[in-house]
Amino acid sequence: MKKYRLGEFEEIVILTIGILFKGAYGVSIREEIQSRLARNVSMGALHTALVRLEDKGYIQSIDGEATEERMGRPKKYFQITALGKRAMEYSKDSRNELWRAIPKMALNTK
Amino acid sequence: MNRWPPKLLLRFFRWFAHPRLKDHIEGDLIEDYNKRLKKSGKRNADINFTIDVLLLFRPGIIKPIHRPNNLKTYSMYSSYFKIAWRNFIKNKGYSFINVIGLAIGMSVAIVIGLWIFDELSFDSYYKNHKRLAQVMLNQTGANGVSTGGTIAPPIEEPMRTKYGSDFKAFSFASFNQEAILSTGVKRLSHPGIWVQSDFPEMFSFNLILGSQDALRDPSTMLISQSTAQALFEDADPINKNIRIDNRFDLKVGGIYEDLPLNTTFANAKFLLPWDNRANVLNTITDWDDHGCELFVQLEDGVNLEQVSDKIKNIPTPYIIESTHEQLMLHPMDKIHLYDEFRNGKIAGGKIYDVWLIGIIGGFVLLLACINFMNLSTARSEKRGKEVGIRKTVGSNHNQLVGQFLVESIVVAFTALVLSIVLVQLSLPFFNLLANKQMGIPWLNPLFWLLIVGFALFCGIISGSYPAFYLSSFNPVKVLKGTFKAGNFAMLPRKVLVVIQFTVSITLITGTLMIFKQIQFAKNRQVGYTRSGLISVAIKTPDLQGHYDAIRNDLLQTGVVENMAESSHIVTGFDNNDAVEWQGKDPAVEIDFRDVNVTPEFGKTIGWIVKEGRDFSREIASDSSAVLLNETAAKITGFKNPVGEMIKYHNKEYRIIGLVKDMITRSPYQRTEPAIFLMGKWLSVITIRLTSETSVREALDKLESVFEKYDPNAPFEFKFIDEEYGRKFFDEERIGNLASVFAILAIFISCLGIFGLASFVVEQRTKEIGVRKVLGASVTNLWQLLSQDFLMLVTLSCIIAVPIGYYFLNEWLQRYQYRTEMSWWIFVLVSMGALCLTLLTVSFHSLKAAMINPVDSLRSE
Repeated sequence: MKKYRLGEFEEIVILTIGILFKGAYGVSIREEIQSRLARNVSMGALHTALVRLEDKGYIQSIDGEATEERMGRPKKYFQITALGKRAMEYSKDSRNELWRAIPKMALNTK
Repeated sequence: MNRWPPKLLLRFFRWFAHPRLKDHIEGDLIEDYNKRLKKSGKRNADINFTIDVLLLFRPGIIKPIHRPNNLKTYSMYSSYFKIAWRNFIKNKGYSFINVIGLAIGMSVAIVIGLWIFDELSFDSYYKNHKRLAQVMLNQTGANGVSTGGTIAPPIEEPMRTKYGSDFKAFSFASFNQEAILSTGVKRLSHPGIWVQSDFPEMFSFNLILGSQDALRDPSTMLISQSTAQALFEDADPINKNIRIDNRFDLKVGGIYEDLPLNTTFANAKFLLPWDNRANVLNTITDWDDHGCELFVQLEDGVNLEQVSDKIKNIPTPYIIESTHEQLMLHPMDKIHLYDEFRNGKIAGGKIYDVWLIGIIGGFVLLLACINFMNLSTARSEKRGKEVGIRKTVGSNHNQLVGQFLVESIVVAFTALVLSIVLVQLSLPFFNLLANKQMGIPWLNPLFWLLIVGFALFCGIISGSYPAFYLSSFNPVKVLKGTFKAGNFAMLPRKVLVVIQFTVSITLITGTLMIFKQIQFAKNRQVGYTRSGLISVAIKTPDLQGHYDAIRNDLLQTGVVENMAESSHIVTGFDNNDAVEWQGKDPAVEIDFRDVNVTPEFGKTIGWIVKEGRDFSREIASDSSAVLLNETAAKITGFKNPVGEMIKYHNKEYRIIGLVKDMITRSPYQRTEPAIFLMGKWLSVITIRLTSETSVREALDKLESVFEKYDPNAPFEFKFIDEEYGRKFFDEERIGNLASVFAILAIFISCLGIFGLASFVVEQRTKEIGVRKVLGASVTNLWQLLSQDFLMLVTLSCIIAVPIGYYFLNEWLQRYQYRTEMSWWIFVLVSMGALCLTLLTVSFHSLKAAMINPVDSLRSE
């Protein structure tokens, strides 16, 4: 069943949006990922993922305020939609299921 | 506090990014940049920013190449056409001027294009035209190098034996001459040439009946289809006998398709076998006796210049006289257009006429395009509002450009259709003027491609300025009403008007100058009396040796005042030979035109004896007497030429008289020295009719006399008057063509200012109303409205005079006998142009000046 499609990086982004809750926009998402996962994220990769998530309807964007440090350019905040939440749950559940299915012996690799 | 990241990269980002994402991603980039700047310095921030921007250049972020548009393009384009058509109909006056002007310009360009194509494709009918060449002769004498195609037949022998490997084929050709062909039933006079057996194949003669090899048999000839039709009608002509000039008979060996008109040999209606005994040219062994032309076909892979260089010295050792002779190959492709030589090198010729006419055509078209641009920009202020509203409603720049271009293309194509009709109607007239047989190549796809491309080009070129100019208006300014085209917008329009009139005035001056030169040559003293003179060529032996009898019979008819025979027709003395006299520098060879005459020749043509006396039948010693013309006498340098001796063909002659110079060749050239003597070589009968009888009646009587002596030849004659007039044909043809184009040019220019004037008047209606109310008179207003245009035309005159002077002076140098440049022509043309402008503009300005101010002021 390919009901919900969520790529690895997309999943990280949508999870981060969830963490930041109302304060999720480009720069904050990027900093959050960088600080939590110590993973370098380019602006291009991040925004492509955001565009894809929005196109799939997993997140929605809200126009935000334009601050001085952005030279008057508006912010765009992102929020998880109901569909997005289901997709995240589906992704998590399917992983859990897979985890459970692994025999204990298999992970005993030492 | 905050700083901008590198502007160039930012701009690059804005350029490629999707408009939906552009703003907030840019914000993110700037915010991130500034954070980094504070944390780790400018360098680090710049590097990271660069990487970020470059990594953003990826499919999800880049805007799609095609803007997302859901418009139905069909309806957009159909609306373009609809609007264009409505504008076309709404402004009938402008559209009419535009279409007529453009149509005339295009017609001229098409006709000239056809003409140039015809000229350039001259002689390209022969399959091997690239490998064909004519052997030319450079003669270096006292007067420099003279180049001509007339060579001496002995040249052939060394060319065949020594240089044969360079040539695939050779053929002599005699000059195209009229001969009488008779079958016993029918007889007619047609032009034809003597040629060798390779000739038909070299020049791609297409045999309908018989074979190209027929000329290998010296008793068979080839005739053209038209000749066959005229002589035999529908009967089979093969192997029938034809008697030529009542001297010899030949069998018809084949029939060829007549060559197209734009070939050198189009006029050769029959080909005679060179080796026949009746051909006097094939017996010539004297290297000094130049009498025919020689054509060659080069072997494949042989370079023309190299061969030309190899053969050039063939005749040199055989020429004992002081003249130095060298050969040269002239490529067939250049024979027609490059027919003038200087110092033994090609120096142009008809190609100049092609350039001249081509340039004129280009200018006429340019004038028409200028009109179009001018009228469209003049209307721009009116359409400014439309542009403003369209922009406000949401059309973008490109759509407006498209709209205006479609409008001008619609006009251009309407003009094209009209111009094809015009060309079709005017071609017969033009063919007559240019002596051509051209038609519109209806079935040639290239032609259609060219003219459609041409119309598109015209439409886009003439529509581009208004299209880009109009669509760049700022909608806010236009709609607020603060927009004024101003002086800057008027400037290009003024420049264009000045260009138009400069071109037109130059063309008209040129035309007048051509006619002045022709008239000048026509007014030149001819030296004999042309009217009432008739010449009959002696073609058959029957007319020879009966001089006294024919003379008596002709005088008996009562319609003949006098009659004489001579070696040349008086309008064309074309033989020359060397003369010697005491006191002449023996190192220099001087040729005089030598003319054999009977004693009555002078009285018949009415020449004027300036000194001494004319020939006389009674004085026996006159058989060794000569008359010179004035030029010849001057060259000899004798103080009293009469009585002096002159040596010609190794025989001494006594000069008995001097004749006034006559125009016997080109009226544009200096008179050449001529010597008249009573020789045996007589080939033309000249007859002076009495002035009392009608020509028709006289000709009937003459015909019966000639019937009696020469029953096998049709009675054919030339009026000397007409022959003389023929000398002016070429110049008159160019003059007539140029005048047609000059008139069209001035017409198009006037059409242009007519349109502009109506526009200016319309724009200033209110101003005129106010001025009238305040007391301006009709004259004042007329002056006010006309002076702008008069200024422009005056400026054009000032520019045109030196340009015209320069080019006309150059042109006049081509003639030895030439008129002078006269200032009155320039004054006349300038005055004419000013009057014409005033008339054109006055139509509108007077109309506006006389209108009741009440009407003009309440127009809103």
